[in-house]
Amino acid sequence: MDGLLTLAINNLSSPLILSFVLGLGAALARSDLTFPEAAAKALSIYLLCAIGFKGGVSVADHGVDLNLGAAILMGVILSAALPFVAFTLLKALTRLDRTNAAAVAGHYGSISIVTFVAGTSVLEGQDIPFEGYMVAVAAAMEAPAILSALWLLSARGGEKRMDGHLWREILLNGSIVLLVGAFAIGMITGKDGLAEIESFIVSPFKGALCLFLLDMGLVAGRGIRQSRGVITLRLLLFGVLMPPIGASFGAGAALLLGLSTGGALLLMVLAASASYIAVPAAMRVAVPEADAGIYLTLSLGVTFPFNLTLGLPLYLAVAQAITGG
Amino acid sequence: MQTHDAKRVAIIVESPMQRRLTDAIEASGVTGYTVVPVIGGSGRSGAWTAEGQVSRAGGMVQVICVIRPERLDDLLKHVFEVVERHIGVVTVSDCQVLRAERF
Repeated sequence: MDGLLTLAINNLSSPLILSFVLGLGAALARSDLTFPEAAAKALSIYLLCAIGFKGGVSVADHGVDLNLGAAILMGVILSAALPFVAFTLLKALTRLDRTNAAAVAGHYGSISIVTFVAGTSVLEGQDIPFEGYMVAVAAAMEAPAILSALWLLSARGGEKRMDGHLWREILLNGSIVLLVGAFAIGMITGKDGLAEIESFIVSPFKGALCLFLLDMGLVAGRGIRQSRGVITLRLLLFGVLMPPIGASFGAGAALLLGLSTGGALLLMVLAASASYIAVPAAMRVAVPEADAGIYLTLSLGVTFPFNLTLGLPLYLAVAQAITGG
Repeated sequence: MQTHDAKRVAIIVESPMQRRLTDAIEASGVTGYTVVPVIGGSGRSGAWTAEGQVSRAGGMVQVICVIRPERLDDLLKHVFEVVERHIGVVTVSDCQVLRAERF
C-alpha cells in the first residue's frame, strides 16, 4: 500500500501531471491562456512521430518475433470487445439512450495515445523496460472499437452508416498513419537512424509532452466548464469506473501474452484509456445525432485526467503484482 | 461598372464533413468554392472553440460558393443530402459579381 502511495505521489508531482493540472486550473479559472490550434497539432505530430520511431528502433534492436503478431491481435480483440463492456455498464449505470451509449462505448474501446505516452514516460522514469512493439498495438487498437460502436447502433436501427469515405478515414486516420509510419522508419533504420535524430526525437520529448499536456488540460478544463447539465453524476461514475474495468481486461490479456511488467502496464493503459481524436471524428460523421458534448467531455474531461493522475500508479502497481516485476 | 446577379451560398459544417460537402458541391457541377477556418462559436450544443484542439472532431469550417442564380436549386439539393443530419448553418444571399463568365 505504501508503495502504491509513493507511486501515486511521485506521479502527481511530476512535471507532466503538474503541467496538465496547470492547464486544467487555468481553463476552470477562465484564464485567457490558449494554444493555437496549429501549435497543438504540431506538438501532437511530434509526439506521435517520436513515440512511433522509438518503438520501431526498440523492435529492430530486439528482433521481430511471434509475440508482436499475437500482441497486435490481442489489441484488436480488446478494442473490439471493450465497447460491449462499456455499453453494458452505461445501460446499467446511466439513462443514456442507445445512440449516445453506443457512441460513448466506442470511445472506450479505442485508445488515447497521450495516456500511452505518459505511461511510457512513467516506465522510463522508473527504469522499467517495455516491449517496443506496444506502439504497434496502440495503432491497431484505434479503429476496431469504431466498428463495434456502429454495430451496436445498427443492431437495432438497421441503418447503413459506413461508406467508403468513412472506411478510409478510420483506417488511414492521420495519427495511425504517422504512428505506424514512424514505427516502420524506426524499424528500418534501427539504432543508427536513432543516433542521427536522437537530439530531436529523444531529448526534447518530455518537454514537448509537458506542453502538450498543458494544452490537454486547457481543452479538458474548457470541456468541463461547458458541460454543466450534460455530465450527470452517473455518467461521471461511469467515466472513472470504466478505466479500471478496461485495465483489468488489459491485465488479463497481458498475462495471456506473457508480457513484461512494462508491457503489461502499457496494455492496461491502452485498454483503460478512451479516444478523443479518431473516434469523435468518426462519430461526428456516422452518428451525428449523438451528443458530442457527452462523449468528448467524458473521454477528455473525466477519463483522461483520471488515468493520468490516479490510473497510472494504480495500473503500475497491479502490473508489478501480476508479473512479479 | 457593370455588375451581374449571383447567389452566395455559405455553409458552416463540422470539420469531419468538409470533404463530403466539397465533393457534393462538385457533384452538383459547381467547381469554385472557398473553405474558411472557423475559430469558435456557440450554438444549440453550447459554446466551442478550435483553440488547442488536436482533433478535427470538435471544429467547424465554412464553405462559401458564389454561383449563377440558375444553379442554386441543384447545388442546394446536393448540399442538403450531406448536411441534413448534421449541425451547421446554410445561408443563401444575393450578391453582385463583376465577371459573370467566371461563375
